[in-house]
Amino acid sequence: MPDNTCDHCGSSDAVVNFTQIVKDQMSTSHLCEACAAEKGLDPAPESSNLPLTDFLAQMGDERGKDELDAGHQCSFCGLTFGQFRETGRLGCPHCYETFEAHLRRLLRRIHGSVQHVGKVYLPPDPTASEMEKRLDGLRRKLHRAIEAEDFERAAEVRDQIRSLEPA
Amino acid sequence: MNDFTTIPDYGLSWLEASGDHADIVLSTRVRLARNLQGHAFGPRARVNDREAVLSLFKTSVERAETLTSGTLLEMPDVATRTRRILLERRLVTKDLLGEEESGPPRGAAVHLSSRDPVSVMVNEEDHLRVQSLLSGLRIREAWRMVDRLDEELGRELPYAYHPEFGFLTSCPTNVGSGLRASVFMHLPGLVLTKEIAKVLQGLGQVGLTFRGLYGEGSEVVGNFFQVSNQTTLGKTEEDLVDHLDKVARQVIQYEVQARQVLLRDARGVTEDKIWRAYGLLRYARSLSFEELMNLLSGVRLGLSLKLLPGLRVYTLNKMLIFTQPAHLEQAAGRELPSSESDTHRAAYVRRVLASEGDVTSDGASATDELPNESPDGR
Ligand SMILES: [Zn+2]
Ligand SMILES: [Zn+2]
Repeated sequence: MPDNTCDHCGSSDAVVNFTQIVKDQMSTSHLCEACAAEKGLDPAPESSNLPLTDFLAQMGDERGKDELDAGHQCSFCGLTFGQFRETGRLGCPHCYETFEAHLRRLLRRIHGSVQHVGKVYLPPDPTASEMEKRLDGLRRKLHRAIEAEDFERAAEVRDQIRSLEPA
Repeated sequence: MNDFTTIPDYGLSWLEASGDHADIVLSTRVRLARNLQGHAFGPRARVNDREAVLSLFKTSVERAETLTSGTLLEMPDVATRTRRILLERRLVTKDLLGEEESGPPRGAAVHLSSRDPVSVMVNEEDHLRVQSLLSGLRIREAWRMVDRLDEELGRELPYAYHPEFGFLTSCPTNVGSGLRASVFMHLPGLVLTKEIAKVLQGLGQVGLTFRGLYGEGSEVVGNFFQVSNQTTLGKTEEDLVDHLDKVARQVIQYEVQARQVLLRDARGVTEDKIWRAYGLLRYARSLSFEELMNLLSGVRLGLSLKLLPGLRVYTLNKMLIFTQPAHLEQAAGRELPSSESDTHRAAYVRRVLASEGDVTSDGASATDELPNESPDGR
């Protein structure tokens, strides 16, 4: 009789057997889907979308009244919510707006955050506020390079800033 | 038809074993996932989307300094074996090559820079995968190279970018920075001292993920592990990169300690394992890739511990690449069934060890008969 207790959280629906090394010492953890996804116990994160689809299926079970139905469709690329849940892949930039409420919850669970704080992209014909955000991002990068005493990098970033600032 | 010999540096500069801790860390890779506005990506991309993306990319290349001197390989035009070689060198992914029967979809391409060890896959899961591949532990340098290239491309291309979610990707696990940094490590000390499970578990707790290099089944072969960041949203690229660097250095320190334990508590057994591995490589007449990986692991450990003087990390790195099936076929000039592949592999290894890996003066003279095929690319 297999033990279905999750080694991590103790819940009784452990379905993922994660064997860490097969050869010299075997260590198998039994995890529920949520813990498996959370702990990042995915042996092939680049090629396998299984944990994510598990994750999506699980989120389906606990969906609230604002949850989308499977037929809800992106008007640009035609991806349905059901297809997204199946494959774990979005089909176009517009999908992020179509499924926004759901994605926000999903992203929070995957990444622990929904706010990008990295590089700021400057679109062609930027607005004043996009330009300001871009400059803020570059200034943060510059500050960091100086802190790390990486002066070559700092010079590079300073040039980028200078090229954007009004003369 | 693209000529394979035009590939800059054959994508193998990382073999040189020049970065930090190159005996333990084989290579460092950083990739950024980027998509373009106005086109479907991933499973929804149609032929016209992929062709439009490729043609936009081609235009941007002319103005991206890092790429102007490189080579663009459009996958449908590339010979099958060359595709497999690119795959074995990890310059392309299976995803880019498409299904085996139908072959690569139109628009699938890879651009290899001849200036830096950077490349761009076009029309993989995301429109662009900008990546760098460096020898040894050089995460920050790898990040800066892709960052620079990404800046060049971003000036020319309309990236799909969202003020809250950042760079938009097909898979929600890549969104935000789109950054995945990985180090490819050799950790036999931790495996042999049975400390590896603890270390790998620890990686999960600090937001990193790992995968083994798998053989036929799910067995990790050769004690090789790839460690990467798990999340991409909510942290700056510099934070992600520095964190991986810090943890990787810690893992290296654990590995070095484990090796000291091995030498202290089991010197005889360890030395025997290493010399047996060397002996098999030096004289075996048939080697499966999996067996080779395990033997190379032993020899690599011996080299790190300075038990096999005269051997270079470069030689071992080269063997990892040139003993893969498509590389052996390229050298033989024909297809090889797997049994033949095993004998060609063993012959290549003997030849390389005879010419650049002779570590003893007691009997291992370089006189055994060598095959005519020379799989060596340099
Ligand atoms: Zn659990
Ligand atoms: Zn869409």
